[in-house]
Amino acid sequence: MAVIEEGVPAPAQQGTVVQATDVTRRYGEGATTVDALRGVSLGVEAGQLVAVMGPSGSGKSTLMHILAGLDKPTEGTVEIAGTEITSLDDGKLTRLRRQHIGFVFQFFNLLPMLTAEENVVLPLTIAGEKPERQWLEDLLKQTGLTDRRTHRPSELSGGQQQRVALARALVTRPTILFADEPTGNLDSKTGGEILELLRASVTNYGQTTVMVTHESRAAVIADRILFLADGLIVQELKDASQAQVLDVISSLDS
Amino acid sequence: MITVALKGLLGRKLRAALTAVSIVLGVAMISGTFVLTDTIKAAFGTVFSQVYKNTDAVITGKSAIGGSANNGITPPSLPESLLQKVRALPGVALAEGGITDEAKLVGHNNKVLTSAGGAPSLAFSVNPKGDQRFNPLVLTTGRWPQGPNEIAIDAKTANTKHFAVGDTIGVLTHGPVERFRIVGTVRLGGVSSLGGATIAIFDLPTAQRIFDKVGKLDSIGLASKQNVTPDQLVAQVKPLLPATAQVRTGAQEAKQAAKDTNGFLSFLEYFLLAFGFIALFVGAFVIANTLGITIAQRMRELATLRTLGATRRQVYWSVVLEAFVIGVIASVIGLFLGLALAKLLNALFVSFGIDLPQVGTVFKERTVVVGLLVGVVVTLIAAIRPALRATRVEPIAAVREGAVLPRSRLARFGPYIAIVVILASVGLMLVGLFVGGLATKARLLSLGIGALGVFVGVAMLAPTLVPPIARVLGWPAARWGGASGRLARGNSIRNPSRTASTASALMIGVTLVTLVSVLAAGIKSTFSDSVNKLFTADYALTSQNGFTPTSIASEKALNGVPGVEVVSGVRAGEAEAFGSRIGITAVEPNVSKVIDLKWTEGSAATPAQLGQDGAFVAKSYAKDNKLSVGSPINLKTPTGSVLQLKLLGIFDPPKGGSPFGDITISTTRFDREYANPQDLFSFVTTRGGVTTANTARLKQALARFPDAKIQTKSQFITLEEGGITFLLKLLYVLLSLSILISLFGIVNTLVLTVFERTREIGMLRAVGMTRRQVRNMIRHESIITALLGAALGIPVGIVLALMVGKAISYPAFTIPWLTLIVFVVGAIVAGLFAAIFPARRAGRLNVLEALQYE
Repeated sequence: MAVIEEGVPAPAQQGTVVQATDVTRRYGEGATTVDALRGVSLGVEAGQLVAVMGPSGSGKSTLMHILAGLDKPTEGTVEIAGTEITSLDDGKLTRLRRQHIGFVFQFFNLLPMLTAEENVVLPLTIAGEKPERQWLEDLLKQTGLTDRRTHRPSELSGGQQQRVALARALVTRPTILFADEPTGNLDSKTGGEILELLRASVTNYGQTTVMVTHESRAAVIADRILFLADGLIVQELKDASQAQVLDVISSLDS
Repeated sequence: MITVALKGLLGRKLRAALTAVSIVLGVAMISGTFVLTDTIKAAFGTVFSQVYKNTDAVITGKSAIGGSANNGITPPSLPESLLQKVRALPGVALAEGGITDEAKLVGHNNKVLTSAGGAPSLAFSVNPKGDQRFNPLVLTTGRWPQGPNEIAIDAKTANTKHFAVGDTIGVLTHGPVERFRIVGTVRLGGVSSLGGATIAIFDLPTAQRIFDKVGKLDSIGLASKQNVTPDQLVAQVKPLLPATAQVRTGAQEAKQAAKDTNGFLSFLEYFLLAFGFIALFVGAFVIANTLGITIAQRMRELATLRTLGATRRQVYWSVVLEAFVIGVIASVIGLFLGLALAKLLNALFVSFGIDLPQVGTVFKERTVVVGLLVGVVVTLIAAIRPALRATRVEPIAAVREGAVLPRSRLARFGPYIAIVVILASVGLMLVGLFVGGLATKARLLSLGIGALGVFVGVAMLAPTLVPPIARVLGWPAARWGGASGRLARGNSIRNPSRTASTASALMIGVTLVTLVSVLAAGIKSTFSDSVNKLFTADYALTSQNGFTPTSIASEKALNGVPGVEVVSGVRAGEAEAFGSRIGITAVEPNVSKVIDLKWTEGSAATPAQLGQDGAFVAKSYAKDNKLSVGSPINLKTPTGSVLQLKLLGIFDPPKGGSPFGDITISTTRFDREYANPQDLFSFVTTRGGVTTANTARLKQALARFPDAKIQTKSQFITLEEGGITFLLKLLYVLLSLSILISLFGIVNTLVLTVFERTREIGMLRAVGMTRRQVRNMIRHESIITALLGAALGIPVGIVLALMVGKAISYPAFTIPWLTLIVFVVGAIVAGLFAAIFPARRAGRLNVLEALQYE
């Protein structure tokens, strides 16, 4: 696997690439205080797909935002690729994002005026880099966008748009890819295709991934499933089946 | 990243166009001003270089006062004997003398053919048999006039007023109308239009007779012999000249003449540019607001860019770059639109009676450079705040629904900062207005910056003011507008800073319009007040336009008319006293019967006692020059003679100003000292006062004086206020550009708001709101915003008028309530007008699509 930029390492192939320690997050003040996270610790191993599940308000989105450096914990630390990120200033955090983090959003967040291919290479454009031709072609082929590359988002179906978003997240070969309800805005068939692609990128490229989802079907592709409730990790499954996942979910709901 | 920014711009064409409109209009105003004034300057330059094309040197009269430039003072004439003397000089090949004066032409309708703006009615003499090399005029038809009954007139007047060779035409000089036969039409070489000026040409003896200049000349043109340079020629002529004459080379004379007109044109240029800059200042508000709203709507996009690794700096520069591109494109369009606007401005001036000469359009490099630079810089400055706001978009906004822009750290101090800014700006204005000893430039600068500061400060304070004011202004909408009205009122308050900055742009125009209307109302009310106090006559006699003087002959024609009891003329002229140039007046002994002055020294009998060397002055002039009754006054006239006068009386003029010049003498003395004395106005009392019969008899007596206008007191007030009314109208028209730009601001905000509320409007439609109700909702919101602009602008305008009034020790402060009500109604109409396009867009939204819009 090639190096995408001088001095930037290819995705770490071993060890813990994301490490959260005793993370708490409190919103508001006084009587309206909400504890979204109440002390979460977790490590993500390289090459793993970790799914975070939990009912609404369990804190799963907050956890992902904090892991990704979008939000800051009230207490606790987060390390990405060995760097403690909670104390980084905006400039350093931005550079960290460029090198180490990829995002897939529920609502795709494509730029409407750019073509599919332009959207895919956008992170490189922003960093002032040229895409590596072969890798880009591979990605477009993998995501089935080769004949859609000049289309604009408005000319693409939801599934195609999310595939563009996935290719965009993979193009920099980030240390870690965060997917926020990636199937939440798709029908079940196209959602299934996206999940297959996500799994394939983990399997084929060793792309470490953290995915927040509330769909049991989505969680099944994960190597590890973390269940959150009331701001705490309450259970963890490995290589679980859909039946196991549903069991845990119903136990949490009751 | 550059590509991303540019593509983003392409993707938001409508929004970009909305942003650009204000810059286009502002730059067009600047470019149009330059094109217009450059074109007129070039025309005058052509006129003067044509006039002196073949003249090596020219001798003219020189006023003893007012310096070398005659500055509007008619210089004394030259003795005709001088011509023989210069002809005898060794360097002179040819010398021709001529007369230059003013002669009004009278049309077929027996009315004087001059424009209201006071374009000159030129008169020249020719020597039909002589060498025509000094004659800048070219015959288009017929021949040069010869003999006492012939005239040539300019071709344009002939064409537009339907005169042809063979017709007779009336000419008005110092006496009643005289009729001349037209034998030729002429034009000035090289100029397409002389503006509104008319030209009358006579042979020299005729000109000398009708202008009372027998034995005199106004200029002598000289051609030198070979090997004699113009400078040598001038040196030869100089020793021969009396003190009241001067000689210049043809080139110098042309330059001097151009300089005299350029002074006026530069004033016109700065005057119009000021309106261009006001328009751009308003434009800056509109751009800042439009960009700001666009940023707020692009939050998710910007946040996504940040999650993909864009730095704050990149976000900042992408917004600035976008503004730069908009600025460049808008400025280029504005530059070319300026060419059209120059024509429009000229048409505007012509419609106001200011008809200026023209040659082909002049589009200078300077116009391009200044237009582009100013347009782009203003856009960039306006983009700074939105760009900074864009950098404050946090990456997490990419994943949050309905995220709002974080408030700036200083936001909660906003109102306090605003008040500090307002106070500081008002302070700066007060310094400019009241601190003595400042240079005019420093004064204007501190006033200008202060005024800008006040606008910025009020705009900063506006978000705090908007909710309570909008609640009041929106009350009628909420009360009678049904659901649409209530929603509109709520919408206008829900983003106060947006409504505030939209309204602030309009506020600027409304403030300035209010300022001038309040000042004008004050001038008018004090003027009519003082006329009412002073004027005890029944009728006034003036020229048709009220400000050019009339011949004494017209006044004399009223003597002996049945029913006329008193006729008293007031002459006016220029002079020098106590080291400065002043305007003087002269009165007849019976003036106290028509003008009732309040005397502090002397009495109503004083004017009758003036005799040859008596004078009276106003209280303030006496105080400034430490004069009391009996003080000697040395008055220097344009011919250089010094009148030794004695002060006999001091009067206290009403607040509206004195009807007289600084010093007033008797007409007996005035008519002796001043060549061709004329009346500024005359007053008449009749037996029985103003009656139809008296009016008819007076008019009858003046039939041979088409320029004379007999009028009652109220007619006189209206006529004399004409100048202010005229200026006021002109200012309104010029300020309307900045108001137009601010209306585009309302359009922008509403269109963007409709974008933003697409889903909400879809929801309202889904729960049963009709298209009509949706449109009404937008209309109400537009009207509320426009009324906010008026509500902010009118008080600020009144306060500024108070300050300016105080500073120029303005006589009266009058609030023109009716005018202000018209402004408020105008704001409502403007609001309706601005809502047309946005309301249509909102009404046309497809309910289903709107609900799915994100």
